[in-house]
Amino acid sequence: MTPGSLRLPFTGGTRTGTAAARARRRRRLRVLAFLSPWLVGFGLFFAYPLAATVYFSFTRYNLFTLEYVGWDNYSYLLRDDQAWEGMRNTLWLVVVLVPLRVLFGLGVAQLLTKIKAGGGVLRSILYLPYLIPPVSATVVFVFLLNPGTGPAQTITDRLGISLPDFFNEAAWAKPGLALLAVWAVGDVMIIMLAALLNVPRSLYEAASIDGAGAWHRFRHITLPTISPVLAFSAVTGVIETLQYFTQPMVAGKVASGRADLPGTQYAPGYPDGSTLTLPQTLYDQGFRQFNMGYACVQALVIFAVAMVFTLFLLRRFRAFAGEEAR
Amino acid sequence: MSHSASLRAGGRGRRMLLWVAVHATAVAIAVMFLAPLVFMALTAVMSDRQALSDDLWPREWHFGNFVDVFSGDMVRWTVNSLVYASLSTVFMLVSSVPVAYALARFRFRGRNAAFVVVISAMMLPPQVTMVPLYIVWARLDLTGTLWPLIIPQLFGDAFSIFLLRQFLVTIPGEYADAARVDGCGELRTMLRVVLPMAKPALAAVALFQFFYCWNDYFRPLVYADPDHWTLAIGVATFRQAHRVEWNLTMAATLLTILPVLIVFFLAQRVFIQGVTLTGVKG
Repeated sequence: MTPGSLRLPFTGGTRTGTAAARARRRRRLRVLAFLSPWLVGFGLFFAYPLAATVYFSFTRYNLFTLEYVGWDNYSYLLRDDQAWEGMRNTLWLVVVLVPLRVLFGLGVAQLLTKIKAGGGVLRSILYLPYLIPPVSATVVFVFLLNPGTGPAQTITDRLGISLPDFFNEAAWAKPGLALLAVWAVGDVMIIMLAALLNVPRSLYEAASIDGAGAWHRFRHITLPTISPVLAFSAVTGVIETLQYFTQPMVAGKVASGRADLPGTQYAPGYPDGSTLTLPQTLYDQGFRQFNMGYACVQALVIFAVAMVFTLFLLRRFRAFAGEEAR
Repeated sequence: MSHSASLRAGGRGRRMLLWVAVHATAVAIAVMFLAPLVFMALTAVMSDRQALSDDLWPREWHFGNFVDVFSGDMVRWTVNSLVYASLSTVFMLVSSVPVAYALARFRFRGRNAAFVVVISAMMLPPQVTMVPLYIVWARLDLTGTLWPLIIPQLFGDAFSIFLLRQFLVTIPGEYADAARVDGCGELRTMLRVVLPMAKPALAAVALFQFFYCWNDYFRPLVYADPDHWTLAIGVATFRQAHRVEWNLTMAATLLTILPVLIVFFLAQRVFIQGVTLTGVKG
């Protein structure tokens, strides 16, 4: 019950009435005071820029001149090859990376529950790559997989297997990024592990007595119990992949050998636009070519997709908030 | 009798086989996960010439590479990263703790709506609001520096608010009530009674925030000019800007990873509890 919904009938004299009103006002001020950083922050860094993004999307703006252009930016999006390339690649990454990470995370978590000695060490080893700065992890992977001196190439060569030239071939750059994403599976793994350990033991014991095999126990006990966590991981995974910027940008830069030296700014997407993602085309349009109005249209595309998945998440959080809030 | 005995023996044999399979898989995965880091470290101490070959093991150990790398630009990038990450973390704590406390402890109309807004803000990709924010900071003449990334932390960070709130609702209200009966104001109750009990969560959000900034690439890339480059931007351009040999690049990369490794080994539990808190308890 919230104070606002608690409307006491007017019982006492005016004196108790004003005292109650004063107490209520003081309580409300206290709430406002504690919330104030966020109320300001929400306005300045969430509500205003969101509204402004919509406004700028109807303009041509390069920081100096602003011109209203109606729906021009939107119609340009439909015939902008670079943007379509970015959307295709982003879609590829969502479809491949998210299931790959969730399934692999679940797999290694399941493996961890089976191990008694050394489980803690293995857990640390699997979690560690997730913490490594994405830029550093990407540089290491480009080195590891480079054709001339890369250790992965050297080892597979000696075994008689030939690896593709991952970050220099248009067909293999995204699979290279997928390997990198699997390496950084730590966050998904920890969440899956916690979920698996939360499944009541008694359910497994009862099923074993009934003669259920390992697969049956997984299919009919584990999966239904952890499915909310699976859904949560998948949805947050989609939203994260929509923002996928650092790894493709750095992989392209390091593999192509082009740096941000004055006058030689790197145009994202190397090799052949295969690593171009939507956030990169936005960056390229907005902050390299200063087509800020058009960049806002691309921002709204990202926003629309992210919002759909956020609504899905909110439904789940509402169930949790309901426990204590009502 | 003999039937059940052979069944049991078969079961034991199968269990043995399963044990071997599980542990072999575990060792194989562990080796593959560690390999990139091991090769990075080995290459970092190779000579220039050897780094251009396909050798896996350094013939001589050139620890001087770390000294060569850690000079000039690298020192400046490190200072910038440290300033950015530390100030952001302090500002985030000061602004986010009271908000999380209010969302977890006070009962007021619109509390659920406020929490929903926090989650939405947390999920909003940073690229969406980037253009208007850049324009604002350009008007304030702060583009080129890292202030556009640090100042907003004074106004609450959605992820930290969310995580802290999730922890604070698990602390029984009786402690705070007792303090209030003793005449403590709400601010004193929060600082003296509730926050000491929330130390693990405070440590988790502080570490997450620090390393979020330490690892951040997109936002400094948009704002910072070369004088304000952070380590993340510097390392991404290191190979072309300095030399093409991989040994120095790997040495620089190793130096960016080092703080993360040290903190991880000192405070592993904090990290893992924090991740669990975000994912499972909702």
